[in-house]
Amino acid sequence: MCRCSSQTKKRIFLIIGFVLLGFVLFSIVPAFAQDMTDAEYRPFPMIGSRNAAWIAAQLHLLFGAFILGVPMFAVIIEFIGWKTKEERYDRMAQEFIKLCMGAFSTTALLGGVLVFILLWCYPKVMSKLSGIFGPTMIFYVVLFFGETFTLYLYSYGWDKMQGRHKGWHLFLGVLLNVWGTAIMFVSNTWLTYQTSPATQYGKLSEKAKEGWLEYTLSQNPELTRAEVLKDVTDATVTNLHNETTGEFLGTVWDAVNNFTWMPVNIHRLIGNIAFGGSIVAAYAAFRFLVAKTKEEKAHYDWMGYNGNFIALCGLIPLPFAGYWLGREIYMFNNTMGVNMMGALFSWLFIIQAVMIGILFIGANYYLWSGMGRIEGAEKYARYRPIMIAIIVICVGIWMTPRTLSSISTASEQSAMGGSNHPHLGWFGLMTAKNTVVNIVILTTFLSFLFYRRSGKHPTANWKNLGNIVISSIFFLGVVVIVVIGIVGFAVESDVRVNVLTPWQVLVALAVMVVVTIIDIFMYRKATTSGTIKWGGMTDRSQYVLILLAITFTSLMGLMGYARSGLREGWHIFGVMKDTSVDAYTPSLSSAVNMVSIIMVIFFALVGFIFWLGLWGEKKKQKAVPTMETETLAEGND
Amino acid sequence: MKKPSLFTICFVIFILCWVFLRFFIGGVISKPIPNSVILMYMALVFIAILVHISVEDTRFREFLRPIHETLVDENRSTRRLVFAVLIPLLMCGFTYTNIAKKANPPGDPRTVHPTPPDNLMYKDIVLGTMDKAENPFRHYEKDNPEAYKSHIENGRTVYYQNCFYCHGDHLDGKGHFADALNPLPANFQDPGVLPNFSESFFFWRISKGGPGMPASGTPWNSAMPIWEDYLTQDEIWEVILFLSDYTGYKPRTFGEGH
Repeated sequence: MCRCSSQTKKRIFLIIGFVLLGFVLFSIVPAFAQDMTDAEYRPFPMIGSRNAAWIAAQLHLLFGAFILGVPMFAVIIEFIGWKTKEERYDRMAQEFIKLCMGAFSTTALLGGVLVFILLWCYPKVMSKLSGIFGPTMIFYVVLFFGETFTLYLYSYGWDKMQGRHKGWHLFLGVLLNVWGTAIMFVSNTWLTYQTSPATQYGKLSEKAKEGWLEYTLSQNPELTRAEVLKDVTDATVTNLHNETTGEFLGTVWDAVNNFTWMPVNIHRLIGNIAFGGSIVAAYAAFRFLVAKTKEEKAHYDWMGYNGNFIALCGLIPLPFAGYWLGREIYMFNNTMGVNMMGALFSWLFIIQAVMIGILFIGANYYLWSGMGRIEGAEKYARYRPIMIAIIVICVGIWMTPRTLSSISTASEQSAMGGSNHPHLGWFGLMTAKNTVVNIVILTTFLSFLFYRRSGKHPTANWKNLGNIVISSIFFLGVVVIVVIGIVGFAVESDVRVNVLTPWQVLVALAVMVVVTIIDIFMYRKATTSGTIKWGGMTDRSQYVLILLAITFTSLMGLMGYARSGLREGWHIFGVMKDTSVDAYTPSLSSAVNMVSIIMVIFFALVGFIFWLGLWGEKKKQKAVPTMETETLAEGND
Repeated sequence: MKKPSLFTICFVIFILCWVFLRFFIGGVISKPIPNSVILMYMALVFIAILVHISVEDTRFREFLRPIHETLVDENRSTRRLVFAVLIPLLMCGFTYTNIAKKANPPGDPRTVHPTPPDNLMYKDIVLGTMDKAENPFRHYEKDNPEAYKSHIENGRTVYYQNCFYCHGDHLDGKGHFADALNPLPANFQDPGVLPNFSESFFFWRISKGGPGMPASGTPWNSAMPIWEDYLTQDEIWEVILFLSDYTGYKPRTFGEGH
């Protein structure tokens, strides 16, 4: 171990710092030493343009997801606190917004970095995009100002706007979410347009219809207008460009309302809630682990529980939204769909299954651990092994690849009769995977139901009947989902995708809604046998919360690679070719490495921001040593 | 009889799961499962056991007790010695089997479903974009059932004159030549084959055969001939109709978007 003095250490660090700075400067200089005024692409020093844009975009997106997701549930929690007059909810919502404030400026900063990188490295692409989306960019700026000032008012006005002004404060919270959601919707237009620069004929503006018709006639002079329009329906996928020159034929709205815009909007909206919840839960877990007092532990236990609950609320509908997005990609371009699920990116979806499996197992683990601190929850422990088995079997099916050629030896392939296993190969098909996803979701919902019931005794005289009805609904729901899944093997894909899978989703949702309603009525006047011992969670469960946040982050990074990589060699799919040195799709292993690096940077930045918050808090506590510590022990959920 | 410890029970469950996968599923009721898949499933079993034992503190302590005893209890020196010998031996064995054994040829890492090109082509003729090109006889299914049947019959003839040697009498990929081929011929009776791809995709695979596969995702090693050199456009579309009619599976079609 180094025994040098702190002065010497400082000198060593200073020298290392200067050497690194010099290295960076020397690496950058050649890039600026040539005239690249009219260049189509300009290289980013050291790491290359694509990697630079990738890192900046992904970090911006992760921070953006956090600051858009957190206000959504903060305002709901604040509302709950206002209605129930429980101050701890208000405090927690405020704490969430404080975290958000810290991350807000970093998000803006990263957004700026991304724009500079794109302008420097991809001037032609940016020129094309800004030519089409110029008006939306102005709109974006207006929204950004709106969001910034509303967030400042919402955060700094929190303590001032209590009491009779609370309604106005809540209004500010809602407004903040409106701005935030609108900002996300606007920026989604640019990237979704790059993937799917087309829309359905029925949704086109008159200008775009006319432009497309003229272009088609110019390509086929022997045809008349009536002949061109003969086979066109409102659902026909129609490109927004002259396919020869790349000239844009529509209006801004045509470009905005492209094929994948709304599915990405919804998927991201829900994903932001889940991600925000998981980051907040990880923050609470960290604070729980380092807490010095029982009160602190109790508070952060409660906060972690709420964060995980919010993440679960987002996680449950997320696969449905993802499925819709996948379906729309198939609708837009068959080849892109095949690439996504059956070819180039198919292994990514196996990794996705593993990671979502971790999320569901982790979320359930946390709920089951939480039941350990509720008196009277023991009676549900006997169901746990069955639920673990169901979840693990379902996750196993979900992550079973259809084709095993990449992960088996020649002799293994020969023994199983090809690259598909004769029986396990069935698990690789979407109908099997959709079935098990719905069952995992229902099992997770059941875990939550048990958690909610723990320590409570219903007084309704129909409680036995109620339990029989709830059990029957669960059983029937699962049977129907499995039967639909089995039928899915035998029908044509159009029926499976557009009829059977939506029905599976509807059945799962219906089970959750009906059971929740019955359960609420059954436990309306329930007596409680024990209280929740907040602060009584195991340390292991807190590490699970941190694991969930890491998994969410990695998952977002990897699926971002899929969404962006689906364009393959195009900046704008089918319109503008990528002719840069990076015009190849990185392999899955490269993407995993890159996402891991981004994840480390993200958590380092988040850790720094949270540490700054903690630091400020400690300073305040030192300055005011008699400050009252909030006591939340023996609380209830 | 002394009740076995929780650790022993978990260990036995773990081993039973492995036996179940390796010998029961992968032997008695189906074909052998590749080791990587078994490893994946066993990781899940391990996670399931870990979750079950660690959710409650008391159970976790009970699970760890024998491990703790083995490591520190003075009366367990023999057991310690056994493990001290056994664990390195197992590690050596594991390392040896994974590194020294070179007899197996490497697996075939190809992607089974290659990325199709943007345009569907027959020789040098562009038939349309891959997602828009349609089987010209498909509409007869509704418009003219008699004509549809005759095209299927033509497809049947084409199939049994050209394809059944590899793809089999029953379209199950078990033709006379199948065992000599690697990768094996496609099994059209598998529900994961026809329903997942459009007719244009099958036209492309048939017309271009193995040599026409894309540069990405190689090596393909497919023995499929370039059928556009021997069959007409109509014959290829007809044989696709026959595949669909015989198996009862329809190639993928695309409904309306949102």
